Amino acid sequence: MESILVLRNLVKDYAGHRVLNDVSLQIARGGFFSLVGPSGCGKTTTLRLIAGFEQPTAGEVLLNGCCVNHRRPYDRNVSTVFQSYALFPHLTVRGNVEFGLKRRRKPDVLARARKALELVRLSGKENRYPAELSGGERQRVALARSLVLEPDVLLLDEPLAALDPGLRKQMRLELKAMQREVGITFLLVTHDQDEALSMSDRMAVMNNGHIEQVGTPEETYLSPRTPFVANFLGSVNWMDGIGVRPENTRVSYEPRDGCSRRAMVTSCVFLGNCVHVVARLETGEEAVAEIARGNGTFRPGDTVHIWWNPADELSFS
Amino acid sequence: MSRLRPWFLAPAWAWWAVLFAAPLLIVAAYSLLTRGAYGGLSRPWTFENYVRVADPLYLAILGRSIVMALAATALCVLLGFPLALFISRSGRRKNLYLQLVLLPFWTSFLVRLYAWLFLLRDTGLVNTFLRSAGLIREPLPLLYNNGAVLLGLVYGYLPFLVLPVYATLERMDPALVEAAADLGAGPWASLFRVVLPLAAPGIGAGAALVFIPCLGAYLTPDLLGGGRTVMIGNLVQNQFTTARDWPFGSAVSVALMAIVIALLALLWRKAKNPL
Repeated sequence: MESILVLRNLVKDYAGHRVLNDVSLQIARGGFFSLVGPSGCGKTTTLRLIAGFEQPTAGEVLLNGCCVNHRRPYDRNVSTVFQSYALFPHLTVRGNVEFGLKRRRKPDVLARARKALELVRLSGKENRYPAELSGGERQRVALARSLVLEPDVLLLDEPLAALDPGLRKQMRLELKAMQREVGITFLLVTHDQDEALSMSDRMAVMNNGHIEQVGTPEETYLSPRTPFVANFLGSVNWMDGIGVRPENTRVSYEPRDGCSRRAMVTSCVFLGNCVHVVARLETGEEAVAEIARGNGTFRPGDTVHIWWNPADELSFS
Repeated sequence: MSRLRPWFLAPAWAWWAVLFAAPLLIVAAYSLLTRGAYGGLSRPWTFENYVRVADPLYLAILGRSIVMALAATALCVLLGFPLALFISRSGRRKNLYLQLVLLPFWTSFLVRLYAWLFLLRDTGLVNTFLRSAGLIREPLPLLYNNGAVLLGLVYGYLPFLVLPVYATLERMDPALVEAAADLGAGPWASLFRVVLPLAAPGIGAGAALVFIPCLGAYLTPDLLGGGRTVMIGNLVQNQFTTARDWPFGSAVSVALMAIVIALLALLWRKAKNPL
C-alpha cells in the first residue's frame, strides 16, 4: 500500500538535549497507526513535527510524497485533536466545527458541519458552548472540528487521557469504528499500551527518542524485538534471562521435563477472571503465573514448579 | 466560627467606613451647601451647585475631558495590547519585561512629568537635537497643547492596560493558538478570531482602569497643558484652591463620579450581553 505519511531520519534537539533521534516511519493511507511509549519518549514531539508546530533539527516530513518541512501548520492538510481538546471557548459547537471550513474557504459550510456533527452524534447541541458540554462531548466536538476538514492524516494526541475510565474503553471502540467509517488515516499518540494494542492496524513503540519496533499489535506483543518492548506492552517473567509472559507461565506440584524451575509460592491474588500465583524461584527471581480459576489451589509456602512451553519464550534478535 | 465572623470582618468594615464612605459622604454633603463669604461653607442647603455644573462652559470642559480620556484609552489599547501579547510570548524574558513596564512607578509621577517638560519644551532635548541636526529652524510646539496632555496620559496609564491584558493572555491555553493554525487560520485570522475575543475581558478591565483616572486627571493637563487644556480635574482643583468654592468643587466631583459609574454600568451590561 502507498504511504500517505513518511518520516525520514527525523532529529529534534531542545536546548542541547536530543529528544528525537533518527526517527523514520512509513504510514499507510487509510489505516489506524499508533505511536506508543512512556512519557518523554518523543512521541508527542513526533506528532508536533508532523502538525508543523515545531521544526525538525534534521530530517524530513513527507505528506503525500511532498516534503512539508517548510509549510506552516495552516498550509498542511493534517489536523490535530489536542489532549486538552483546545476548543474555542467563545464559539459554540457549530462555531468550532465551522472555524476550519471558513478559514480554508470550503464550500457548503453548513451542510458539511451538520454532517460532521451527525457523525459524532452531537446533532441538537450545535448552539451549546464548550463549557456547557461533558468531557466526552467536548472530545467529540474536537474530533468533528478536525474530521470535517477531511485531512490527509488526523493526529490524535492522547485523546482519551482526559476521560474517565469507563468512557475511555467505550471511546476506543467508537474511535476505531469512526476511523473505518470515514476512511481517514488516524495517527494516535498514547502512553497506554492497551489503547495502542486494541485500536491500531499498525503501531510503533518508542523509547528514548527512537523507535524500538514497528508492526501489527500481534507482532509487537507476541514477538517483541527488544526487552523494552516486551516489558512495555505487558508483564514478563524474567527467569535466567528467559522472558515468558504470565499468561504462558504454568505452575504445578510435579516437576516437568525441560523448562521447569523449582519455586515457592509467596502469594495468590484473586482477580475475578483469573488467579495470579506469585512464586519465588531458587535464583531469587519472582515469577507470576496467570491461571484459570479452577486450576488447582495454591497456598503461600507451597513448593511448586514453574514451567512453560519453549515456543512461548520471548527471544530478541 | 460563625459567631466570630463579624469580628474578623470588623477591621475591613472600619477601614471602609473611615477611609472610603466617610469622605464620600462629606463631599456629597458639601456639594449641597453654599459657599461662605470668605470661602468655607455655610447654609442654606441647596441644589444650586448642581445647576451650575450644567452651565455650557462647564459642560464643554466635561465634554473635552471625556474626549481626551477616550482618546488616551484608545491609544493605550492600541499600544498596550501588542505589548502585552509580546510579553506573554517572551518565554523566560517575561518577568524582565514586566519589571520594565512597572519601572516608571519607582519614581513619583510628578518627577516623571517634569522629565517630560525637559524633553518637550522649546529649549528641551528634542527641539535642541532637531535644531542642531539642522532639521528645523524654529522649535516645534511640543508642549502646552492637547497632544502633550494626551502623550502624558498615555505614558502615565499604559501599565494599567498592559497588566490586566497580559494576565488574560497568560491564562490562555497556548494550544488554542496552535488549534487555530492547525484548522487553517493564518496569523491575522488567529489574532482577530481567537486571541482578541479571548483577551476582550482583560482589554475591557484595562480600558476601565485607564479611562477612569484619565477622566479625573489634573496633574498631567496642569503641567503639560499649561493651563490651556483645562480638564475636569483641573476645574475641581481650582474650586478647592484658587476659587475657594468648596461646594461647587464637591458638586463637580459628585457629578464626575456619577458619570463614571453610569459609563461603567453601561459597559458592564454590554459585556454581559454582547448582542
